[in-house]
Amino acid sequence: MSLRIGVITFPGTQDDQDALRAVALVGAEPVALWHRDPDLHQVDAVVLPGGFSYGDYLRAGAIARFSPVMESVIAGAREGLPVLGICNGFQVLCESHLLPGALIRNGGLLFVNRDEKLRVESATTQWTGDYTAGQEIVIPIKNGEGRYTADPRTLDELEAEGRIVVRYLDNPNGSARDIAGIANPAGNVVGLMPHPEHAVEELTGPYPGPATDGLPFFTSILKQLVAA
Amino acid sequence: MARVVVDVMLKPEILDPQGQAVQRALPRLGFDGVLDVRQGKRFELELDGPADEAALARAREIAEKLLANTVIEEFTVAFDGASSPAAQSSAGTVASTAPAAG
Repeated sequence: MSLRIGVITFPGTQDDQDALRAVALVGAEPVALWHRDPDLHQVDAVVLPGGFSYGDYLRAGAIARFSPVMESVIAGAREGLPVLGICNGFQVLCESHLLPGALIRNGGLLFVNRDEKLRVESATTQWTGDYTAGQEIVIPIKNGEGRYTADPRTLDELEAEGRIVVRYLDNPNGSARDIAGIANPAGNVVGLMPHPEHAVEELTGPYPGPATDGLPFFTSILKQLVAA
Repeated sequence: MARVVVDVMLKPEILDPQGQAVQRALPRLGFDGVLDVRQGKRFELELDGPADEAALARAREIAEKLLANTVIEEFTVAFDGASSPAAQSSAGTVASTAPAAG
């Protein structure tokens, strides 16, 4: 039986097709999930893709957090369901309080769209097991509200518990402590602003490369699920 | 009907790049001496029922759950006076058309 990985589409989601494609590339069965349907259709993991859910009205991710499908995702995540939030998905996870902190307007107010050098800080989450800690990778970012912020106590906690998953080598937006992505204490929920689903194929990944540094996010969860 | 205004602002310790951009633009327009600008959001809620403490409590709950992200923002709730800009702009005289708050 092949493993099923769901990708949620909200109104305003843009990267659901890319995420579904990445899931298929690593050999899992991609399952399209719909924001109004609370049924997760027996998926083994969920990806919240990038985009501008509900037009980013109010705050990025704020309305999506109360959609019927998110009620199921939040309940599932608390019981161990693996969830990966990419860009807008990361914002939704913070709004849902599955991850601490918040993402605010980039310093300099610019929308930043470029290939970004990152360092993998934690290879112990369910989504990063196929990396090695300290590995430097290239993954695109494209956002206007990607500046991670949290109070100093929360930041210290994230550091101490090894929950900072990826850091920027050249901080593009003023994120606190160069944070690009974090995990929950159990390591099943990971959120990051860069887009691993845009770095999974030679043809469309960062040029001149490396083009496929995002693939391990998807192979990692597959191995994790097989082992479970 | 109760008209309640919810003001949402970034917490003082959270950097507000939008407010800073506005502040930096002001000297170019000839407005000197503006030491700081912070940008926030104002929500005007119309609630059924009387303008009492329960209405404010409802507004507070709405702000807490949805209108503000209390990780980065703080909010205040207050009754909107009948002479609010919104009421005035919708009609020449407030009393003739718009029901006063409460």
